[in-house]
Amino acid sequence: MKPTLAVFKFASCDGCQLSILDAEDQLVPIAGAIDIVEFKEATTHSEPPPYTVGLVEGSVTTPHDALRIREIRDQCKILVTIGACATSGGIQALRNAADVEEFAAQVYPNPEYLDVLATSTPISDHVKVDYALYGCPVSIDQMVDLVTALLTGRRPNIPDYSVCIECKRRGSTCVLVTPGIPCLGPVTRAGCGAICPAFGRGCYGCFGPCSGPNVEGLATAWEAAGVTRSDLSEALRAFTVGAPEFAEAARAL
Amino acid sequence: MPSESRRIGVEYISRVEGEGSLRVAVRDGRVEECEFGIFEPPRFFEAFMRGRRFTEAPDITARICGICPVAYQMSSVQAMESACGVTIDPAIDELRTLLYCGEWIESHVLHMYLLHAPDFLGYESGIALAADHPAEVGRGLRLKQTGNALVSALGGREIHPVSMRVGGFHRVPTRKEIEPLIPRLEQAREDAMATVDWVATLPMPEADRDDEYVALAADDHYAIHHGRIRSTRGMDIAVEEWNDYFVEEHVPRSTSLHSHIRDRGLYQVGPLARFNLSEELLRPVALEAAHRVGLRAPITNPFRSIVVRAVETLHAVDLALDILDRYQRPARPYVAVPPVAGTGHGASEAPRGLLYHRYEIDGDGRIIAAQIVPPTAQNQGSIEADLLHLVERNLDKDDAHLQHLLEQSIRNYDPCISCSVHFLRLEVDRG
Repeated sequence: MKPTLAVFKFASCDGCQLSILDAEDQLVPIAGAIDIVEFKEATTHSEPPPYTVGLVEGSVTTPHDALRIREIRDQCKILVTIGACATSGGIQALRNAADVEEFAAQVYPNPEYLDVLATSTPISDHVKVDYALYGCPVSIDQMVDLVTALLTGRRPNIPDYSVCIECKRRGSTCVLVTPGIPCLGPVTRAGCGAICPAFGRGCYGCFGPCSGPNVEGLATAWEAAGVTRSDLSEALRAFTVGAPEFAEAARAL
Repeated sequence: MPSESRRIGVEYISRVEGEGSLRVAVRDGRVEECEFGIFEPPRFFEAFMRGRRFTEAPDITARICGICPVAYQMSSVQAMESACGVTIDPAIDELRTLLYCGEWIESHVLHMYLLHAPDFLGYESGIALAADHPAEVGRGLRLKQTGNALVSALGGREIHPVSMRVGGFHRVPTRKEIEPLIPRLEQAREDAMATVDWVATLPMPEADRDDEYVALAADDHYAIHHGRIRSTRGMDIAVEEWNDYFVEEHVPRSTSLHSHIRDRGLYQVGPLARFNLSEELLRPVALEAAHRVGLRAPITNPFRSIVVRAVETLHAVDLALDILDRYQRPARPYVAVPPVAGTGHGASEAPRGLLYHRYEIDGDGRIIAAQIVPPTAQNQGSIEADLLHLVERNLDKDDAHLQHLLEQSIRNYDPCISCSVHFLRLEVDRG
């Protein structure tokens, strides 16, 4: 029997699921080796569990979703989180440092109808996660590599070094050194292909922290470029604010 | 006489972006309940944007929707530029139009071929459709990849592109960098033309229902990100007047927020609205294709939105080619935008309809208040009105057929529920 793939959505923008649809030409050769049996955004077709691989997009923000992710974990042999929401809570985790009731009252005329948690949390806060793909959105190449790796039984190739490595490889001029633009590349995980510096702007950290991020060192470099420590703290509190390395560094700065 | 009671419930509607449900109850031939529910969890963008820098708005609001991030970036940068009283360079504005064309192509083609066409032909997905119609779906994928390539070339990646900024772009491409897109778009023009002819052959259910159609409209072009807000019933207002005319409120039969025109009622946004207001301003090749397949304003059958999407795809491809043909790298990628305390408004035509943004910022460029009105929130009332209309006229159909028709009807609007910054979880108390 062919292995089966299921895709699930939690609080998110749908962009990472869309990456799966965008990878169609690269996924077609793989599609013969795996059956997509659950993918609400793409198909009405639906098969009951168990599933070989479950891809989970989005963060946990409601009591119902906190229960649902436990059920999904039980249904999937291998559980993979895809994207910044699933791996760190997403930008909606900015609520975690605020008063969610005040937030709700700000946006909705009848906040009492809402049934939401005070926090937006990554999937790994709730269940065991086997592999994680980072990014807002995830990289299509990494997605294809991951599915291929799982099918062939090898480890997926998910880099944990910084964006700087990709930036050098691409041959871009360092925006932090030359024009002195604040850039989070030195503390951010590679995977995007270092596109922001290639477009003449600083990395804004959407892939989350790299392995062992030296935020203190970066603060010194930013200060040399005329940017304050509190600016850096604010920059870390964005697309991957829920990643512990960034959250703690942002508090310490 | 025994009472006959029927219930149709779909807990999780497939092939839409986000989480929605459908509930219909019929008793003795009378429709008692007809609801398109939203259970997408709220993410509170408007709340957490307060205190952020005004320059962050395009990157943050892009994350409301992975399908139409350019629409969010465009409405937000235009709102910030209007708040600060800055006019951007015309060449840069045209490059923004080009980027937006890429998003229209990507999003429309995804919806037509992978999400909506399967309904008309009785397939459960685009993948299943491809097994029997490989040439058509192959053409769709090629067309979509050209849209993706256009957004990537200008924005670095197809989802959440990184190039747009308040004042212009972070970087603008050289002519040499984007020239390779020209032959691809020429192929895309052929593919888009073939798409119009193909979707026009799809069997169309009868569902004409007159509505007030609202879109951005201009006098001299088919509006995407400039113009006034006009309707088919005579509304003609500046974007800044939004809150004087539109309200979001609760209606008794639902706990979701619905948009209304003040003292007037329901309206809809999207391809039908754009076409009904600006048909004659389509690029000639697109107008000719529309007329060839018998498409003429006013279109009041929402199922025909798939044909309008095909015509708009052809329009976007042709417009993109025109901009690319004339493209010379602009002298500067952006103009400086010093923050000015005040209020700014931005509106643009996301693939699925009008998207309005309003921000108040302070003199340091910090956001004080944000208001975002996405297209699907505006269409929710019309989606339900269509459902009611269809149920009443198709009571003779069995549940499976009726359910299929109703789901297809929801997909007419290409609802992007993830854009649901204004939606509530549906918890109806019927006690």
